[in-house]
Amino acid sequence: MYTTDQFEGMIANTTTIKGYNGDEINAYFARPEGPGPFPAIVVIHHLPGWDELYREFTRKFAHHGYLAISPDLYSREGKGTPEDVAAAVRAEGGVSDDQCMGDLQASAEFVLSLPNSNGKVGTFGTCSGGRHAFLAGCRLDIFDAIVECWGGNVIMNPDQLTEKQPKSPNEYTSQLSAPLLGLFGDLDQSPTPSQVNQHEQELKSAGKTFEFYRYPDAGHGFMYYDRPIYHQSSSVDAWQKVFSFLQKNIS
Amino acid sequence: MCTMICEQANLEGSAKGVEGWFPLQQANVFYDHPFHAPWEYGVNIDFVNKSIGIGSRVSVELSPQSAKLLAETIIKALEKGEKDPQIKISVLD
Repeated sequence: MYTTDQFEGMIANTTTIKGYNGDEINAYFARPEGPGPFPAIVVIHHLPGWDELYREFTRKFAHHGYLAISPDLYSREGKGTPEDVAAAVRAEGGVSDDQCMGDLQASAEFVLSLPNSNGKVGTFGTCSGGRHAFLAGCRLDIFDAIVECWGGNVIMNPDQLTEKQPKSPNEYTSQLSAPLLGLFGDLDQSPTPSQVNQHEQELKSAGKTFEFYRYPDAGHGFMYYDRPIYHQSSSVDAWQKVFSFLQKNIS
Repeated sequence: MCTMICEQANLEGSAKGVEGWFPLQQANVFYDHPFHAPWEYGVNIDFVNKSIGIGSRVSVELSPQSAKLLAETIIKALEKGEKDPQIKISVLD
């Protein structure tokens, strides 16, 4: 519990790490001051880009005592405003799942290598980042906790598959190697409630450890306080669920 | 989620961006989340020239109804122009 008499300090800055294929990519790294040991989290930005909102999310995790790193998954596309870069990536059909997984693996290795790490790392993502978080939980075995917020395209139709996204993430469900927290809005158009049902059923059938929470009055992006879709009570509860889940699994 | 719906057209023309006019190379038409407009999904049109730089982009975000109206309006203007005998099609060789 946060109290007003405790010392608090944070360092936050951009850094570079070696990502997929050894490529140098940027990352935003926020961490509490102090010897630790601290749990870590890889914060996966959404398709609108490596933007201010995600820097704020990253600092929020650091404020709560996590070594938080948010890699720029669009580093290779070029440099510019987050929106311009994201628009260019979107025009190219997004980034490949393989490349993204490589960048997330490298980010996790980076934070785990720090002397003040407690040896555990989770991941958190929203929208396309939620999809990437689930995929990382299935394809990588480095994560100890997965937070998937309204992961879009976790269930993909065959006509949505591309060279960059060649396999629907739900097909990897049996490989999920860490506890999963899923947060969804019932008014979301994608994932729809029926897709969330299917996702949940597949996790149950595979015998996975997971918690799903659905908010009846929330839509897509309900934790984005800079968007009209923001839903205050759902968002506040969802953040509590996030930190409770991480506390249980990686702290 | 992000739909990843994107239709592209190679275009000739000019667009005025943050740093002034630039020659157009392409239009990307998305049916996806807007950056700024308040709805969950919209028709987002980027006029770009990536060969100049990633920031050479003029963007508009429209509601689906507005996008249809714009498309119809462009066609109407074209039809009027093409019917006018005093107008010759302007193309650079």
